[in-house]
Amino acid sequence: MNDASLRASPWPARAVGAGSLVALVAIVEALLRAGVVNRFVIPLPSDVLAAIPRVVAEENVLRRFVQTTQEMLWAALLLALVGVAAGVALHRYRMLKLACETWIGAFAAAPIVLAYPLFLVIFGRSAATIVAIGFCAGLPAVILKTTEGLGATRAVLVDVGRSFRLTPRQQFRLILLPAALPTIFVGFRLGLIFAMINIVGVEFLINFGGLGQLINEMAERYDLPGTYAAILFVVLASVLFFDVTERIERWARRT
Amino acid sequence: MFDVGARRDVSLAPPPRAAAAAAPLLDVAGLTKRYVTRDGTLTALDAVSFGVAPGEFVSVIGPSGCGKSTLFNIIGGLVGGYEGRVAVAGASIDGPHAAIGMVFQEESTFPWRTVQENVAFPLEIAGVPKPERLARAAHFVALVGLAGFERRHPAELSGGMRQRVSIARTLAATPEILLMDEPFAALDEQTRVLLGDKVLKIQQELQQTTLLITHNLTEAVQLSDRVIVMTYRPGRIKRIVDIDLPHPRDSDVVGSDRFGRYVAEIWHDLREEATRGIEDSEAQARRGGPAA
Repeated sequence: MNDASLRASPWPARAVGAGSLVALVAIVEALLRAGVVNRFVIPLPSDVLAAIPRVVAEENVLRRFVQTTQEMLWAALLLALVGVAAGVALHRYRMLKLACETWIGAFAAAPIVLAYPLFLVIFGRSAATIVAIGFCAGLPAVILKTTEGLGATRAVLVDVGRSFRLTPRQQFRLILLPAALPTIFVGFRLGLIFAMINIVGVEFLINFGGLGQLINEMAERYDLPGTYAAILFVVLASVLFFDVTERIERWARRT
Repeated sequence: MFDVGARRDVSLAPPPRAAAAAAPLLDVAGLTKRYVTRDGTLTALDAVSFGVAPGEFVSVIGPSGCGKSTLFNIIGGLVGGYEGRVAVAGASIDGPHAAIGMVFQEESTFPWRTVQENVAFPLEIAGVPKPERLARAAHFVALVGLAGFERRHPAELSGGMRQRVSIARTLAATPEILLMDEPFAALDEQTRVLLGDKVLKIQQELQQTTLLITHNLTEAVQLSDRVIVMTYRPGRIKRIVDIDLPHPRDSDVVGSDRFGRYVAEIWHDLREEATRGIEDSEAQARRGGPAA
């Protein structure tokens, strides 16, 4: 099947993707039932699926899902505003880029979640702490990819803009930004991944808020199917955010 | 910003001699450009002077390293720091000018825009309302033979089609002078000859004053009223050859005896320069420096 036919109908690819996931789950189920993997470490996937209605009914999942999603949304907004603006500044001012790029890259690899006591001191045991840690964790990826995308704009496109006598603002809006948009969105998605991991992780660590706290409570009770069912809701939130970002990217490319 | 009004009257091209005799629309006088390199000062252009009359098609041909692209960038206003003067209709220019439309050697369409949106780009900058600019863009898309491809993106087009989009985009700004830097360099020979036909047809239809930078002999003779032959580094004008082939012209002219004689005549001048360029490249490579 070629690229054109895949663009025309994405359903075969989606069916293969879903099928491979089902096959993977079936393999895990078979390994567990055969005793190759210990059921006290990993629950049966069928038990996890069966636990979903119980978790939904008894653990107030909807409220927790909304809370985690709200924290993600705030972190995403801050990442888009601050991260892209900082990336543009680094591209615009070469001195700033030379001065900061290396340590921002190092910051990306830092386990920021371990600094949660510091954030607790600053923001208290609140959603603000969780959002701040998620934001800080995702920020370097957005900054660096924004800078990379703007810097990778082909010189000839910039020359086309100059030949049409664009103002610096027009040059940015009509050429640099659209050219860099795919890379900026790659950075934004990466930033969201880091933010999501850290948001759920901090909820787990400080036993506050949404799905991370639920996972903590289920794990404390040694309710393995319930724990994994709660993790599925984290995956759902992640899928939701990625779908929304893809739609925003498509819209941004059209306009 | 741009004169996006009615096009100039459409008529057959005047005889080249008559065009050459008119006052130049583009006047290049005593152009000298030097670059400071780690090996010293490199003179890319040395006292280059010529004019292009209204409606005339002039080609600049020379070996690699003769300063053709420098000349393109200076006339287009993208490179400064030179001696001499570039003037349009008698007025000196410094920097990009609305009267000069540039078509680049490298593929330069905007991949995120459709063909029609690419071509409408200069009109968008000029503040032309969207329905009007799209209608005007459609006219230029048709002019370069891409009617029916308006809603396609550049990634869906061949290299030759993308260059035609670039040409249409530049023409949509209605520049008085069309300045092209080896726009067909990346294309195969057949496509190049056929696109040459298309450019010639457009040039004759719009009476478009055109300056083409090229290293392709057949392209220069096929399209031009005059061919300026450049020397290898420093770039100086070695000779200007009037191409007295009949108008309107198309690629059939390539098979004629006169065409062959012009090509042979220019090659005679060019061969010595190209040989110097190759020898210089080899000498630099032996010294471990960058090849010309």
